Amino acid sequence: MKWTALLFALLVAGAAHAIEPKEMLTDPALEARARDIGRELACVVCQGENIDESGAEIAADMRTLVRQRIVAGESNTQIMAYMVSRYGDYVRLNPRFMPRTYLLWFGPLMILLVGGFVVARRLRREPAEAVPPLTPEEQAALANIHREGNAP
Amino acid sequence: MAEATPKRRPARWPYLLPLVFIAVLGVVFGKRLADVEKGADPKAIPTVLLNTPAPMLDLPALPNFGDDVTSADLKGRVTLVNFFGSWCVACVAEHPVLMEIARSGEIPIIGVDWRDTPEQGAAWIRRYGNPYTKIGQDPKSRTAIDFGVVAAPESFLIDASGVIRYKQAGIITREDWRDKIRPLIAQLKQ
Repeated sequence: MKWTALLFALLVAGAAHAIEPKEMLTDPALEARARDIGRELACVVCQGENIDESGAEIAADMRTLVRQRIVAGESNTQIMAYMVSRYGDYVRLNPRFMPRTYLLWFGPLMILLVGGFVVARRLRREPAEAVPPLTPEEQAALANIHREGNAP
Repeated sequence: MAEATPKRRPARWPYLLPLVFIAVLGVVFGKRLADVEKGADPKAIPTVLLNTPAPMLDLPALPNFGDDVTSADLKGRVTLVNFFGSWCVACVAEHPVLMEIARSGEIPIIGVDWRDTPEQGAAWIRRYGNPYTKIGQDPKSRTAIDFGVVAAPESFLIDASGVIRYKQAGIITREDWRDKIRPLIAQLKQ
């Protein structure tokens, strides 16, 4: 119980630094769009955080700018394009599909395929060996164990 | 156990695959670590604005420190645009170098007082001295984000046609000025 309370307190503490009520747009549809964009944008001074989660001041200013641009009538794509034109592909949390990122996208699949190929080859070549039957001595030993249980 | 047919030994090479994989990762990570050891900033984001026209400048002046800052200030001369703030500790460390650059008269420095209040920005300048020809205020990061600024101090060397030619993320040291920025200015002035 104490643990869950502590966990809850930590979660709330983290959230308190991210999006603040005064930043939010009153129109829920526009605010939802701002959240969609915010989740896609990397905080430029943090590691592995999006701007919605981040407590950094520059992230707060980026959230505000995203909302200003939404209100000004820009599309999500336009806003992302603007941010990428300022900070490069780094700000995209969802990496684009392009030659530089092929390894990123295909790497895991390639490793899986190579591994699967190796495993498949071995399985085909050596079918699982049948376990040889127990020798009479082993059977006697086993019967002995069954009879005496685990007693020393 | 008795075997009727001689069994083929399973190939050993697949066991080497993970080792090869780890070795490749080792080389990649090792190179990066070596770069960082040599002074590369692991948090640096490669700038995309190099050799592109500087974003528009249209900033209200820090009161009592000259006129508003506009894009016209960049036209026809090589300028250094420096993002700073009174809250920025590293800016204090950079400041003496900016003062020296200002005294040399080689290049006008335009200051952008970033995420600051006019009172605190002005107090900071009064306390440490003013290396800037003009100081604009950017309290909401509009211009900072336009320039792709990540953290203060950050400086941009802009040529006479208004194109960004160099970006210094972090403090300009005397060595940076002597070895990189000053030679580049001489080149751009030709």
